[in-house]
Amino acid sequence: MGLHKKNTNEQFKTDRYWTTNLSPYSVISVIQRKTDGKSWYLVFSATTNSADRAHSRRPRYLSFSVRFFFVMSMPSLLSFNGNSAISFSSAISTSTTRIQCRPILLSTKVRNFSVSAKIREIFMPALSSTMTEGKIVSWIKSEGDRLNKGESVVVVESDKADMDVETFYDGILAAIVVPEGDSAPVGAPIGLLAESEDEIAQAKSQANNNTQSQPRSDSDSDSSPSTPQPAVSAKNVVQQGPRKVVATPYAKKLAKQHKVDIASVTGTGDFGRITPADVEAAAGILPPKKKTIHSIPVVVAETAPLSSKPASLPQIPGSTVVPFTTMQTAVSKNMVASLSVPTFRVGYPMITDALDAFYGKVKPKGVTMTVLLAKAVAMALVQHPFVNASCKNGKSFTYNASVNIAVAVAMDGGLLTPVLQDTDKLDIYLLSQRWKELVGKARAKQLQPHEYNSGTFTLSNLGMFGVDRFDAILPPGQGAIMAVGASKPTVVADGDGFLGVKCKMLVNVTADHRIVYGAELAAFLQTFAKIIENPESLTL
Amino acid sequence: MQASISISSCSSSFAPVAPRFVGPPALSYSIGQHRFFRLRKEAFGFCSLNQPCSIPIHEYRMRNRLPGMKITASVSSNGSPSMGFDYDLVIIGAGVGGHGAALHAVEKGLKTAIIEGDVIGGTCVNRGCVPSKALLAVSGRMRELQDEQHLKALGLRVSESGYDRQAVADHANNLASKIRGNLTNSMKALGVDILTGVGAFVGKQKVKYGKVGFMDTEITAKNIIIATGSVPFVPNGIEVDGRTVFTSDHALKLEWIPDWLAIVGSGYIGLEFSDVYTALGSEVTFVEALDQLMPGFDPEIGKLAQRILVNPRKIDHHVGVFAKKITPAKDGKPVIIELIDAKTKEPKDTLEVDAALIATGRAPFTKGLGLENVNVETQRGFVPVNERMEVLDANGNVVPHVYCIGDANGKMMLAHAASAQGISVVEQVCGRDNVLNHLSVPAACFTHPEISFVGLTEPQAREKAEKEGFEISIAKTSFKANTKALAENEGDGLAKLIYKPDTGEILGVHILGLHAADLIHEASNAMAMGMKVQDIKFAVHAHPTLSEVLDELFKSAKVNVAAAVPQPEAVAV
Repeated sequence: MGLHKKNTNEQFKTDRYWTTNLSPYSVISVIQRKTDGKSWYLVFSATTNSADRAHSRRPRYLSFSVRFFFVMSMPSLLSFNGNSAISFSSAISTSTTRIQCRPILLSTKVRNFSVSAKIREIFMPALSSTMTEGKIVSWIKSEGDRLNKGESVVVVESDKADMDVETFYDGILAAIVVPEGDSAPVGAPIGLLAESEDEIAQAKSQANNNTQSQPRSDSDSDSSPSTPQPAVSAKNVVQQGPRKVVATPYAKKLAKQHKVDIASVTGTGDFGRITPADVEAAAGILPPKKKTIHSIPVVVAETAPLSSKPASLPQIPGSTVVPFTTMQTAVSKNMVASLSVPTFRVGYPMITDALDAFYGKVKPKGVTMTVLLAKAVAMALVQHPFVNASCKNGKSFTYNASVNIAVAVAMDGGLLTPVLQDTDKLDIYLLSQRWKELVGKARAKQLQPHEYNSGTFTLSNLGMFGVDRFDAILPPGQGAIMAVGASKPTVVADGDGFLGVKCKMLVNVTADHRIVYGAELAAFLQTFAKIIENPESLTL
Repeated sequence: MQASISISSCSSSFAPVAPRFVGPPALSYSIGQHRFFRLRKEAFGFCSLNQPCSIPIHEYRMRNRLPGMKITASVSSNGSPSMGFDYDLVIIGAGVGGHGAALHAVEKGLKTAIIEGDVIGGTCVNRGCVPSKALLAVSGRMRELQDEQHLKALGLRVSESGYDRQAVADHANNLASKIRGNLTNSMKALGVDILTGVGAFVGKQKVKYGKVGFMDTEITAKNIIIATGSVPFVPNGIEVDGRTVFTSDHALKLEWIPDWLAIVGSGYIGLEFSDVYTALGSEVTFVEALDQLMPGFDPEIGKLAQRILVNPRKIDHHVGVFAKKITPAKDGKPVIIELIDAKTKEPKDTLEVDAALIATGRAPFTKGLGLENVNVETQRGFVPVNERMEVLDANGNVVPHVYCIGDANGKMMLAHAASAQGISVVEQVCGRDNVLNHLSVPAACFTHPEISFVGLTEPQAREKAEKEGFEISIAKTSFKANTKALAENEGDGLAKLIYKPDTGEILGVHILGLHAADLIHEASNAMAMGMKVQDIKFAVHAHPTLSEVLDELFKSAKVNVAAAVPQPEAVAV
């Protein structure tokens, strides 16, 4: 079938344009473009979509799906007689993904011309109508391989598919200009094809010129990374004796990627093997927050955004490094996350004689001081919902429907915060029972997530150690935390000027200033102090 | 006299068979159901009574031997044996093949026994396909959770991923016991006699069974199916200690996760395990005797699989080498693998790894079967059979009433192939000639993404085309153009169709991509039913689904015959 010559199509900026029907449903078009003394031929096929076919509609050519599309160029000395017939191989229309970028298409003609250039450039093909650049997935052939026309040379990834690109000519792959993994714009040379071995050197120098002319960032590597460095490897052999270099598969991959001579790396892994970390160290890169996969027995799910990176400090000799347990990791994350919250602290002294007396009465019934304090906090929170709120996104208040008091409990090598849910609604005896269960579960590491992460306010008590006051860090997702010190006999003057000894306890609340302001917190503490000083209300 | 018996038996014994196929089958096991429908065509053809003469006469005699007995055996009970025999059918081996055969035999009214020497379910259920799928389900999720770019592209953020090795191992083990229970119950419910012990031939139509060394119970059976399966093949020179050098049997128990695992053999067992172990944090080195990885696959699929499943992962490989000697780790030394060139046998390299998994294929388990008593010689351990799974003796003649299915005959070492062969044998035993078309049996490899295929590979098709003088064409589609695949952000993959352009006959379909193992059945069913490309391309596929990959594949095929549906008129540009 012949090609019908069409007028120059301005839209494509073509110099010449031919089109022909392969079948009633598909079209082959060839566009010639002359730039920089080179002729480019864009060949593409278009097929009407299946809906048109199924409904016997006239094909809507505007909604063509372009099935393949490629660019080829020829050395400048070639010219192309556009009026001659071009024979199409029947393979053209069979496939959607395989580019039949058939030089065969044009080669019948091309071969008749005298070819003066012996080195040909392999260009990045346009694999789809929308493709502007392509990534080299892999070179199927390596430098120095002999190629036959039609053989696959390189795999190119487009926006649609990975495709094998075939060579247009016989020859030798002299140089790879764009290595695996790199991208190049459509039409840019990606490799050089020499006709005979004599031209390989010439092609290589041409390739080097090409590479140098392109601004490349990774020029710091050796000029000839492929050549072994005998001095270094010899030294290694001496050091390691007759043992050969053993590197793990990923270490080898990294070495290739970062152009590290694996023989120059000292292995620190089992049996002296080179691990990925060794290669990374040799390449001078810090492992980007290594994602090693740990087998962990219990997953404590406490998510918190982590943004800061700990500065690396020099290690003091003789120190031992013990990695965090999962629980410790969670604590660490939460503590770091708290740095992003603007907090302030308010302290308040309160007299606890009445509370102590009340405690003496209810203690035989199994009520603990922790529960009394939690209950008192909850009752105060009901009156001051601001303090029970939280700020989740920095833009709004979240008023919590229930008052859930989390109580910090020290565990072997860690810290847990079991939560007394609905502390305001339950009486102190029920709460005591709950608390006993929670502590038991915490010891057995059986706390369910809702039993440690549903708190709306945290209570931390170090009074039993004699600590008179301390400062707590606000856990993420909560509005305030209360630090309770020891209740100690103190000389106090009352309103009438009489001196007396009373038990005084200092509490210190840390709050998120985005949602809790000073006066509100002070009012909350006042309410709390009133409850502590009149503990009978705790039984209500 | 003879004739009258034939006719009466024909109407009495076969008429009741038909309704079983018409109504919803009383026995609707998920495993078995589709098989019944596959046989439907033959069953109807037979029940139409148009061709009763094709039934061998002896078959009628057999059925009429017990006068007055109720011939319409209910589906839910084992049949009564033929005169003079304890059983109509005895199956040696209760793997998936034996199970499939037993279920079908009971349905056909045969009194059936199954001899199980190990555990019900055999390799597939206990040490193969089933537990490995549990591990692969875990590895697939681990991969998703670890693939930051992929998650980011979907807008997800996962702070930490981890796993509990023992819990993963338990998941695999629990799945195996569950499926084993299901298989056992399905056979018990139907009344298949499960005989415990190993079985062996004593003579013609006679087997004994019992514990090894105490096989003292003898039974007679009209027909006997050998379904003894296979065991992992360990080449000479490799010392398996079950801890640092092990086979798939041990690897599935997931007793530990080595930092560096060498996998000897890159077939689908090796490939699946590389998927599991790399997802759980191991680095893997493949050792392959042939010149390329994944030698069993279509070369193009293999190449793409290497690009997707090997190159981006922490895997390297040595091809064209044999593991001549593998020494387990001991005395503070790692596992040492001595490699020799596959062709020149010259020493080539030595690997030092933490563990080695031997996945060099499977060897038939046919020793101690007493095959010499029926004059059968195994070939490299395989029981020789013809296309009807009838066992052949040393001279190549059919040994009557003895069949062999599954891995033991080596025709196609796949669980579902064994089961299909078993059903085919039962059909024959019941007098319906049946030859299983192995080219329509799909195979799958459950990596992420999956690989599946049915029929011929491209080189096989080209060879056949050259020999028989026909043309072939290839059509391909990519997952990158599929909406559902892109929605999942899993656009890697390819589907490939090999067909005859003149007739539209499908020769092979190969898929690599998301859920490929589920997608292949459209193609394998089409092949089993003899559907042509030009017919199937008019079938409608829901949008958007992965099945549209196949839809597009069939539509892109160019067949030079007029299709059944009128083509739209040609319109010029």
